[in-house]
Amino acid sequence: MNKDVSYIQRRNRPLHIYALVFLGYLYIPVLFLPLFSFNDSIYIAFPMKGLTLQWYQSMFENEPMFAALMNSVRVGMVSSTLATILGVLGAKAVTRYRIPGQKSVVFVIMLPLVIPGIILGVALLILMSRLGVTLSLYTVTMGHILLCVPFAMATLISRFEGFDKSMEEASADLGENAWWTFLRVTLPMVFPGVVASLLLCFTVSFDEFILAFFLAGTDPTLPIFIWGQLRFPDRLPSVLALGACILVVSFAVVFLSQWLARYDTDKYSPDK
Amino acid sequence: MTAETGGAPPVRRWRARLRAMFLRSEAIRGYTLLSPTLLVMAFSMGVPLAIMVVMSFWTQHGFEFDTTLSFTNYGDAVDRPIYEKLLLRSLWISGACTAATVLLSYPMAYYVAFHVHRRKMIWIILMTLPFWTSYLLRVFTWKIILGFNGVINSGLKGLGLIDQPLEFLLYSPSAVVITLTHAWAAFAILPIYVSLEKIDRSLLEAATDLGDGPVARFLRVTLPLSLPGVIAATVLIFVPTVGDYVTPALVGGPDGMMLANLIQAYFGKINNWPMGSALAITMMIVVGLISLIYFWLARKVTERTI
Repeated sequence: MNKDVSYIQRRNRPLHIYALVFLGYLYIPVLFLPLFSFNDSIYIAFPMKGLTLQWYQSMFENEPMFAALMNSVRVGMVSSTLATILGVLGAKAVTRYRIPGQKSVVFVIMLPLVIPGIILGVALLILMSRLGVTLSLYTVTMGHILLCVPFAMATLISRFEGFDKSMEEASADLGENAWWTFLRVTLPMVFPGVVASLLLCFTVSFDEFILAFFLAGTDPTLPIFIWGQLRFPDRLPSVLALGACILVVSFAVVFLSQWLARYDTDKYSPDK
Repeated sequence: MTAETGGAPPVRRWRARLRAMFLRSEAIRGYTLLSPTLLVMAFSMGVPLAIMVVMSFWTQHGFEFDTTLSFTNYGDAVDRPIYEKLLLRSLWISGACTAATVLLSYPMAYYVAFHVHRRKMIWIILMTLPFWTSYLLRVFTWKIILGFNGVINSGLKGLGLIDQPLEFLLYSPSAVVITLTHAWAAFAILPIYVSLEKIDRSLLEAATDLGDGPVARFLRVTLPLSLPGVIAATVLIFVPTVGDYVTPALVGGPDGMMLANLIQAYFGKINNWPMGSALAITMMIVVGLISLIYFWLARKVTERTI
């Protein structure tokens, strides 16, 4: 930052404190999950009783939970892969071609972000029952693809915008056809974005509850399983342990994806 | 034989012309590339919503649908006060949550846009990180915190500040507002941050040079220029939260139930899908109208200030 403008951007101590308090407000509530998962009592209340790992132990012995976990992983992998493929196609089309009605097209694709989850959920439920499709993990996966494509598009559009179009043109001028240009020039440059999109979509699908609630059949995904456990007070501590694990993994995956999404974009940026 | 050889060249020419048109027209190539994504999205939203609209005009008889079209469900939705009450409560709770989220997030976005100069990215990631973790778990966290024997009550009791647990904390509309405000913060911070970051810094210098103090400068330059972000944030939070049913179900109690909980019950326990569809569509129309009016008002205001 330029030193000359510092009279505008003078340090503002109250604002700085507010920012720290705000971060605390964002994070401290979430930290109670891991905190109480080590508490040696089935009641979630202060004062805490003592350290224990028994909730983690009972979590690892929980067969239905592992089945639900594997279901969620499978759904997440399939829906993130398909959503990312659709996202790459869409993002390339939107950023590389001047197409009429581009704004409305992007608006339609981003719609699932603002439609209340319950509306999409019940609408898809009605569709499935009218078509006579039995609810299963496949129907959940379909719902999750719908939900993930906007996230994939948003991540990939910024990645596609971040590098210079003339590199693709150079490749075409040097005699590569469209496919090889895509594979040898475009894909390597957007690759961090693709990985970021895969990770982000996986997290979105893995944590998604509302659509899965309406579209899951007899096989639950992990959030559905947790929802079922919330009714039993004596199982809450195990849910806390599970929740703490999910939080740690989600934080790590999302941090990685956000970092990748921005990783060395300036290397290929048009300004350079 | 002769007819075939005579017919082939025009076909080939026709094909060549199509191919040339395809390669030349950017729009056609763009749309071809876009078509899988667009078709998947349009169909998987459009078809279910269309079927839901049709179903909302049916009626439920026991376990069967009566597929003659009628306005019975919508008539019910207007006549029986419970629906109106729940809809108004949904709107009120989301409105409060939206206002609180935007007000709390604005200074934070402002801080990162104007006062963080190094490692901005880390701040942005830190602010949005909790948003990506399980929604269900975050709501559940607040149930733990606000509960009758929860973190706040047991903590305050342990400190000797209260004798009896504060009962109003959990299972009330305010619990829903608190939980939603926390859960949707990232949706407010990001758009506001982006619009603040876009502001040309020389405009601020100009305002200062022309004699504006910090407050006047903020009110006359920064705030109006950041309004698009505020407007986007408002809609991004208001629309989805009106339809939330997880939060009210976990922390709302009977007084915090929202319309979405009833819709969910119609598709579950009550098993009257047509009525549920009618309520869902009514909710969408009302929320859509409110958003449109809001956009219109917002445009009027921004036109006048800029």
